[in-house]
Amino acid sequence: MNYHWDWGIFFKSTGIGQEIYLHWFITGLGWTVALSLSGWLIAMLLGTVLGVLRTLPQRSLSAIGTAYVNLFRNVPLLVQLFVWYFIVPDYLPEPIQTWFKQGLKPEISGFISVVACLGLFTAARVCEQVRTGIQALPRGQINAALALGLNPWKTYRHVLLPQAFRIIIPPLTSEFLNIFKNSSVASLIGLMDLLAQTKQTAEFTANLFEAFTLATLIYFTLNMSLMLMMRWLEKRVKVPGLISLGGK
Amino acid sequence: MKKSLLVSLAIASLFSTAQAAELTGTLKKIKESGTVVLGHRDSSIPFSYLADGSKPVGFSVDIANAIIDEVKKELGLPAIKVQYNLVTSQTRIPLVQNGTVDVECGSTTNNIERQQQVAFTNGFFKIGTRLLTKKTSGIKDFADLAGKNLVTTAGTTSERQIKKLNEEKKLGMNIISAKDHGESFLMLESGRAVAFMMDDVLLAGEMAKAKNPADWAIVGTPQSSEIYGCMVRKDDPAFKAVADRALVNFFKSGRVNASYTKWFQQPIPPKGLNMNFTMSEGLKALIAKPTDKSAEQM
Amino acid sequence: MDFSSIVSALPDLLQGMLLTLKLLVFAVAGGIALGTLLALARLSSNRLLSFLAGFYVNYFRSIPLLLVITWFYFIVPFMLAWATGKMHPVGAFASSLVAFMMFEAAYYCEIVRAGIQSIPKGQVNAAYALGLNYHQAMRLVVLPQAFRKMAPLLLQQSIILFQDTALVYAVGLMDFLNTARSRGDITGQLHEFLLFAGVIYFVLSFIASRIVLRLQSKLAVGQN
Repeated sequence: MNYHWDWGIFFKSTGIGQEIYLHWFITGLGWTVALSLSGWLIAMLLGTVLGVLRTLPQRSLSAIGTAYVNLFRNVPLLVQLFVWYFIVPDYLPEPIQTWFKQGLKPEISGFISVVACLGLFTAARVCEQVRTGIQALPRGQINAALALGLNPWKTYRHVLLPQAFRIIIPPLTSEFLNIFKNSSVASLIGLMDLLAQTKQTAEFTANLFEAFTLATLIYFTLNMSLMLMMRWLEKRVKVPGLISLGGK
Repeated sequence: MKKSLLVSLAIASLFSTAQAAELTGTLKKIKESGTVVLGHRDSSIPFSYLADGSKPVGFSVDIANAIIDEVKKELGLPAIKVQYNLVTSQTRIPLVQNGTVDVECGSTTNNIERQQQVAFTNGFFKIGTRLLTKKTSGIKDFADLAGKNLVTTAGTTSERQIKKLNEEKKLGMNIISAKDHGESFLMLESGRAVAFMMDDVLLAGEMAKAKNPADWAIVGTPQSSEIYGCMVRKDDPAFKAVADRALVNFFKSGRVNASYTKWFQQPIPPKGLNMNFTMSEGLKALIAKPTDKSAEQM
Repeated sequence: MDFSSIVSALPDLLQGMLLTLKLLVFAVAGGIALGTLLALARLSSNRLLSFLAGFYVNYFRSIPLLLVITWFYFIVPFMLAWATGKMHPVGAFASSLVAFMMFEAAYYCEIVRAGIQSIPKGQVNAAYALGLNYHQAMRLVVLPQAFRKMAPLLLQQSIILFQDTALVYAVGLMDFLNTARSRGDITGQLHEFLLFAGVIYFVLSFIASRIVLRLQSKLAVGQN
């Protein structure tokens, strides 16, 4: 079997302008990070709202949260991505549709589709964590807050959520790591994230092993360091007297 | 005289025993497993595509079948099981290299760069890379694309040409790289790109699939002239020789004409559209004088 | 929207679903088997063994599944050829299956480990006191109870795996989703086919997760 090892491949010219292959990996990583962070922002905001909804006594409100979670957790991520990328833009009203398809750069419109997909997908998971976090708090907390004359909004805002978030740091960390890994589906719709750049490098240079090894190393190092960082943070913000929820 | 006779006798005997016992590489693998793995495409119309079900059809598939028949003859096997393996423009070369696919017949350009990684059989088609666009788009050539969205398929020669052209001429085009030709056309049809750059004949194939073929036009100066070949593993001359011979026979016996008519001049699935693609002088020359050289090498 | 083409494509779609299910069943079986071995290794008193198992788990949990699927697709045949000196036809199915098994094993391992740790230490000691050796104690006493406890979690992970099988799209395997996409592409009805696929995935996963919930409450009652 003829395979030409060449670990110097990353420093060779791509033949397009002045770039070397390492540049591709760096821009790819940039996209991956941007996708994960933007998706995470949506997931946290929406997930928190939905999580709160699910803990409310009003049946109709908590049903909304439940329906959302059921829908978004039972459809594969890739199908959701296809919906956001291939289907939704075709049903946007004019002139937004034309603007989205032609006014925006293709990588931006693709980015928006992937961020929407990742954000809404992960929101269902964040929602469940927030709900579990709130429900793990002693009942007395709500009663005490209400007895102090706080309205429900203030009870959540000042009493329940701050504590819930602190105890769900571990599961939220793994959700964040998941969104980071899941962002690689962007490569399947032609967005040049880290995985797509890896595949392209492998294809241009025929040095598959080297390209995939570097990508693996990048993902691995980033994930491990994030995990260690979050463990440290978890210790710092631990609520005395409350055990944190096991997040795996 | 005597010596040369001896030598030729020796060579002849070597040959006959070698054929019986010393099979190597892909031929050996096919003989042992009774299976050949054929790499095919998803939407390279009318070369290799899935019209219905999971079995590919098309002009290149006819050629692949000719190669498989030749392999049967070579190995003296009455039947070989054909296993189909879907490849994309991006995966086809590594899959031939790593042994997943024995022979890939789709719409793969033979060029010097790829010859470093795989071997090509005799060529079976000649193309130029051009643009597919809406008749009403006003696009006449590559220069009209400055600042616009263009789609092409990832892993193709077109992708490299356009990225280079964009960089050199500072056209400021936004290039979308889609996964396969079907997806590229979808990007064009749904209005995300104003033009689709690809091999002219594949563009004609996509047009045949369109909801309204009359809306589309193939325009622009061909950016290159390229020859399609089937890919086999490098450093396996025995298997390549069989494949090359299959193509020569396919051309000489005239079967090529029947197949060409079927795929390029008659209604084809899935929509029953006729591509009306007359045989180019370039292809006629390839048929008359088979060669495994790339266009750059000629 | 025009769903007419879907009817004629049903046999193909069924074929695709069968492939998806085949992949799922083998991957779950292989993943749980390998995951259990890993869990035992992680809990082993042998430092090296437990470190290696821990590294394996952390490694696979920190890289994307899609990366593993793609990389195995290209590399497994090379590795086999190097190892055996012979070329083996390894298709997308086999390489994806290996990728799923090895990847999911890391997740199953953590579930099994938690399950084993939930069995009171006294049980193991009792087993030893009865004269059972390590293997017997694990096989006859600890693992059966642990598996009973973690069955819902293992099933939940398997539902996630069912959805993840759709990622074989990346390597061109004609599973349910890819068949739907391919038929949709050629008939010009991509939207309809994708939505149809989404509905089917939803119905199957939803029913499966309902069953898991029921099992969970049943087991919870059984334990008290």
